[in-house]
Amino acid sequence: MLDAAIIGVGQTSYEAEKKGYNFAEMVYEATDQALNDAGLTMDDIDNVVSVSNDFFDGRTISCMAVMDASGASHNDGKNVSTVEGDGTFGAFYGLMRILAGVYKTTLVVVHSKGSESNPSLIYNSMFDYIYTKSTGLDHISSSALQARRYMNRYGLGEEDFARVAVKNLGNAQKNSRAHRKGSYTVSDVMGSTMLADPIKELDAAPASDGAAAIVLGHKVVAEKLGKKPVWVKGAAHCCDAYNLGDRDLSDVNALADAAQRAYAMAGIEDPFNEIDVVELYEQFSFQELLYLEAMGFCRRGEAASLLQEGVTALSGALPVNPSGGCLGAHPVLVAGMARLIEAVLQVRGEAGSYQVPGAKNALAHGVNGPCGQSHCVLVVGE
Amino acid sequence: MSNIELLSFQETLEIPYNWSVGYLGSKFLAAIRDEGIFYGHKCPSCESIYIPPRVVCGPCFVQPDEWVRLEDTGTLVAYSIVNYPFIDPNTGERRPVPYTYGYIKLDGGATSKLGHFINEVNPEKLSPGLKVQAVFRDKSERTGSLQHDVIHFKII
Amino acid sequence: MAQRVGVIGFGQTYHKSRREDVNGVELINEAVQAALEDSGLGIDDVDAIIIGNMDHFESVNYVDTWSVDGTGGFMKPVMKLTTGGTTGSTIGIGGYFTAASGLFDVVAVVGWEKNSESDTTGAIITCSDPVFDRFSFAGALPGLAVEASVYMKKYGVTEKDAARVAVRDRRHAMNNPYAQLRKEITEEEVLESPMLSYPVKLLDICPRTDGAACVIFAGERKAKKLSPNPAWVWASSIRHSYSYFEDIEYDTMPTLEAACRELFSNVGIKEPLKELDVVELYQPYTFAGLKWIESMGICKPGEAPQLVWDGVTDMGGELPFNPSGGVLATNCIGATGLLRIGEAALQLQGRAGDRQVEGAEVALATGFGGAFWTDMMLLGKNPW
Repeated sequence: MLDAAIIGVGQTSYEAEKKGYNFAEMVYEATDQALNDAGLTMDDIDNVVSVSNDFFDGRTISCMAVMDASGASHNDGKNVSTVEGDGTFGAFYGLMRILAGVYKTTLVVVHSKGSESNPSLIYNSMFDYIYTKSTGLDHISSSALQARRYMNRYGLGEEDFARVAVKNLGNAQKNSRAHRKGSYTVSDVMGSTMLADPIKELDAAPASDGAAAIVLGHKVVAEKLGKKPVWVKGAAHCCDAYNLGDRDLSDVNALADAAQRAYAMAGIEDPFNEIDVVELYEQFSFQELLYLEAMGFCRRGEAASLLQEGVTALSGALPVNPSGGCLGAHPVLVAGMARLIEAVLQVRGEAGSYQVPGAKNALAHGVNGPCGQSHCVLVVGE
Repeated sequence: MSNIELLSFQETLEIPYNWSVGYLGSKFLAAIRDEGIFYGHKCPSCESIYIPPRVVCGPCFVQPDEWVRLEDTGTLVAYSIVNYPFIDPNTGERRPVPYTYGYIKLDGGATSKLGHFINEVNPEKLSPGLKVQAVFRDKSERTGSLQHDVIHFKII
Repeated sequence: MAQRVGVIGFGQTYHKSRREDVNGVELINEAVQAALEDSGLGIDDVDAIIIGNMDHFESVNYVDTWSVDGTGGFMKPVMKLTTGGTTGSTIGIGGYFTAASGLFDVVAVVGWEKNSESDTTGAIITCSDPVFDRFSFAGALPGLAVEASVYMKKYGVTEKDAARVAVRDRRHAMNNPYAQLRKEITEEEVLESPMLSYPVKLLDICPRTDGAACVIFAGERKAKKLSPNPAWVWASSIRHSYSYFEDIEYDTMPTLEAACRELFSNVGIKEPLKELDVVELYQPYTFAGLKWIESMGICKPGEAPQLVWDGVTDMGGELPFNPSGGVLATNCIGATGLLRIGEAALQLQGRAGDRQVEGAEVALATGFGGAFWTDMMLLGKNPW
């Protein structure tokens, strides 16, 4: 248990194209919401962490666009820093700045717009320029390699993955912020356009636009506020090897490591029974199964059965991605923060029509780098 | 090691972007395109007049809510004459040098300055404090781009 | 849980304008190996890694995951921070918070840049707003020259006054075996160098460098066991207040002043000229070495040229600036701010060799970049 809590959250709606809003405007909207949610004003914010990616924004020093909108210029200026990576990593850094005893509140903001550029080109730039980049590998084709390896190893079929899409896109119908939602069947998913075998269009998260913000508060602040604070009970991140060929892509060792450390911090020994809801980062449908296993919720190769039995449905014993997950909305970088925010809403009892009844402990997860190379896990609860 | 021939890889990255200007910025640029007018955006709390418009006043964290018409004349606050050739990332071509760019505080109360070209490259003729005036492109040719619709500022 | 933090190791590459013999990951590894050797640690002793650079200089996306072979980040927590020119100091401050949080004890911070691999100017131009600023903005150099135009007019400061700053730093660099530019220059040579963007000439501005640096921070629990004399982090202050170049005030240096106010008041410094022993200033061009020391409260506005001519900021003077040669001698952007922290730490540990300031007990390291932003870290020989 750490001495910090999430005391405010804000999200814009996630859409294919937020044409009327530039980055600053999206961040301001999320920030304003988070402050109101916390019952605080910008005067109460001690420091700011922004999260953005220069490639996605088409701007070196991409954080510059959102300094005013995130309160960095407020009054005499605030201490501010910028993480380039998934929103969960930004939340982690904001958390450390509080645990260090220097600041009592941290505002963490994150934004991106998938509509403003070509994600394939941008993801292609994460591959090594000497040996790999010129093959044209991107997020979809590289993840397809991982999917194939996972399928072969455990004897899974594309339908197993399709069921994840059916569940999550179905869940997203209850999430007014989600970008993509609907009542699909396995057949619909199987029949959607093949992008890179075995990944089909409905197996892949859309490229969305959006922004999100959270306010983290030290115990002394969190305890004084009106709303129920959601405590960070465990937090850890870990990074695997870089070259795809250095890894067995169906082993997600970095996630297993991060999850174990987060559980240990939170005093959790039996995640399946002690965690009430999971919001994980499934950019591609198969990853939900792969990551659930790596996080120790079931044995390797068995998550597909768990799903088929309805265990991970909203009404099941361990709901996974009741918000619709990344398949429902995926503004890159923001998507991990959204997982954290959804986990917070669950613990607070504010998840509306997709509330998991009696949720006390929730797990949020974000991913960075190709084929799930680097993972951040946060366990939050009452 | 010394008899290994060192290799290198060359690539020119071309990544297309289509940035949203947003409602506020679109209104500002449309006014230049359609009326030849600069509008500032005023914060009700500190009364700073921002150009270009902002979703929020940084220091106050309050949303500007008033559009203030500014003049097309102003004072040159700071400038430099760029003398070295470089590739413009927007076009992939060399930007012609020398050229002078500077920050102009428009008359009518602007607090922030507008960045644009000045049509003088002789350092002896330039100095902070000079009065300058915007030179607009012909209305029929304006497109809603700050660079295109305002050709430069001239010294008056 | 929370703990005080000290610097226990520092490594850097021998900085050059082009390192064609290594790729980016190998360059990073050189600095990390140097820091591990300097601190007597092995990679297994490192609990977390922070890395930073400016993306568009090497055009690699997700550098944190890309660089694992170089940083030793395999199966460790790795995070990237980036804020433009201030990156080096931002990551140093990030390393401090990572250890101070108590979640990690030993943190390796890596800053690096291979400026030779890309079009530096083109990349920097993209830091400006694409709709309103990018067409006129010409990069860091004219962005600074603009400030100089105002300073010269306001106080009658001359190009020759600025040249004296370059002469000082290039002389200091002669004591630093790692610096890129190691050749003394005269004021006349500065004044005669090509005019790049009025009034900034070639010898007024920093070079482009391929280089890397690694600073190892340790929380107090382990710092005292791992190092005989850590350089202790006292406080940090960051001000990245400005989203638009249009809002920058050139009369003063607002972010530097605000950061100093906060930093100095947090530690009780009232007379920086007397109470600081050495400053590693992120000084990307000569005029900054005059205007910004006024903003720091070292002297009154307009008086910096005289202070510098009097030798106050030279080695042997009352408050030496940039014993390492500073940014005018070496500028591998993602590392530059971190080098300031590493150099400050060496001074406090008494390990700065030929560039040692005798008896240094309080050292200030600063960062600069973006839209005239400022980072600062204050370190001391003893824990705060």
